[in-house]
Amino acid sequence: MKFTEEHEWLREEGGEMVVGITIHAAEQLGDVVFVELPEEGTVVSKDDEVVVIESVKAASDILAPVDGEITEVNSTLTDNPSMVNDDPQGEAWFFKMKISDASQMDEFMDEAGYQKFIG
Amino acid sequence: MDDMKQTALFDLHAELGAKIVPFAGYAMPVQYPLGVMKEHQHTRAGAGVFDVSHMGQVILTGPSWDSVARAFETLVPMDVLGLQDGRQRYGFFTNDAGGIKDDLMFARRGDSLFVVVNAACKKADIADMKAALEPEITVTPLTDRALIAVQGPAAETAVAALDPRAAGMAFMDLRDLELNGVAVWASRSGYTGEDGYEISVPQDQADLLTRAVLAQDGVEAIGLGARDSLRLEAGLCLYGQDIDTETTPVEAALTWAIQKVRRAGGEREGGFPGADVIAAQMAEGAARKRVGLLPEGRAPMREGVEIFDKAQGGAVIGHVTSGGFGPTVGSPVAMGYVETGHADIGTPLWGEVRGKRLPLTVAKLPFVAANFKR
Repeated sequence: MKFTEEHEWLREEGGEMVVGITIHAAEQLGDVVFVELPEEGTVVSKDDEVVVIESVKAASDILAPVDGEITEVNSTLTDNPSMVNDDPQGEAWFFKMKISDASQMDEFMDEAGYQKFIG
Repeated sequence: MDDMKQTALFDLHAELGAKIVPFAGYAMPVQYPLGVMKEHQHTRAGAGVFDVSHMGQVILTGPSWDSVARAFETLVPMDVLGLQDGRQRYGFFTNDAGGIKDDLMFARRGDSLFVVVNAACKKADIADMKAALEPEITVTPLTDRALIAVQGPAAETAVAALDPRAAGMAFMDLRDLELNGVAVWASRSGYTGEDGYEISVPQDQADLLTRAVLAQDGVEAIGLGARDSLRLEAGLCLYGQDIDTETTPVEAALTWAIQKVRRAGGEREGGFPGADVIAAQMAEGAARKRVGLLPEGRAPMREGVEIFDKAQGGAVIGHVTSGGFGPTVGSPVAMGYVETGHADIGTPLWGEVRGKRLPLTVAKLPFVAANFKR
């Protein structure tokens, strides 16, 4: 699993990247009450706003970590947003994407690097 | 955060693991480890303790109750003179345009008046009261007192365990109690829609008292985050957001707080700032009105969301002033101002969130029925 400075994680699965937010990010957000997911098939560029999350506190955007195409979204989150708090690095993945440029992954951190990053 | 003022309970908040944020110049707990959602639900099911010591507590004294009450009536459109000893009322200071300068609670304590105002307005409120009322009336800020609220269906049991007289108080009563040996002024009131107490306590004993309340069964510390969602579900205004100097009591649907004796034709009608504007609006109506708004989907509609009368095109006919997720309602809730022609309960409207028009309905306030001890 790789981690970004935007507090997302990416996990490779069958040639695609599964993307979610970290436990740390979920704790900072607080209780999640709303998740808006992108359309499957959307072509995105790195840093595009692809997911909207609303917690009891505020709205936040999840950015596309790399260029690529959204191939699948986790629509169970729409009806059950609190999953993001319960299992952010497992069941509560947001989307899967086919990535265009694997070299964009090079800058991401491993688990130890991310733990150091969040201090 | 270093230049933030701290309340007498700051060390306790830290010990309880609170997340501290700046609020009206104070370092205040926005949530504890329980989190906003569970803190909210706990307050509706058990009891919560809130530190509201940042609010302004002021005592007005004068030659007699009559002089104090009549003086205060020149600043607020409420019946102050008719207040019985040990009774409290909700009120607001108005300006010459009929706008609301602050909202407040005031209670009669013998011949003096005990006033609690909002933290962000307290400096201005105190200056204005002094300028308008002194020297006949003495305006004394109680800077050595803390204020805690105990709210929820288990509040009575928790507070009465420390002084059984608490159980005999009715909604909006103010009594001197002795809680765990600490002399306090307690009112049966709050800002959550639940039964409960607001307790004014000498600062140096606030920590001791709060720990004694927290030690009772089913009592948890609750932060400002849940305080906001609780008051929103209860349909209560937040000053600076739902009401301000640009909104009149008629627009804000707060005329219930203006007693008959101060209205047109009443025995002591007018005589407060903006009385002519408010009387005219009470007779003829205002162009806009504060209403409850129930978004149909799951997307919260927060402060600033524009409201339209059509799903496409049409005009902006209002905006949201407070909105979020209502944990007890189980869906988003909001309040805001809409043009009077669109203010009837059940009117279908649309709020624009991230460029999309999402349906909502004008709804009755409160969203959660009040649970007061009448």
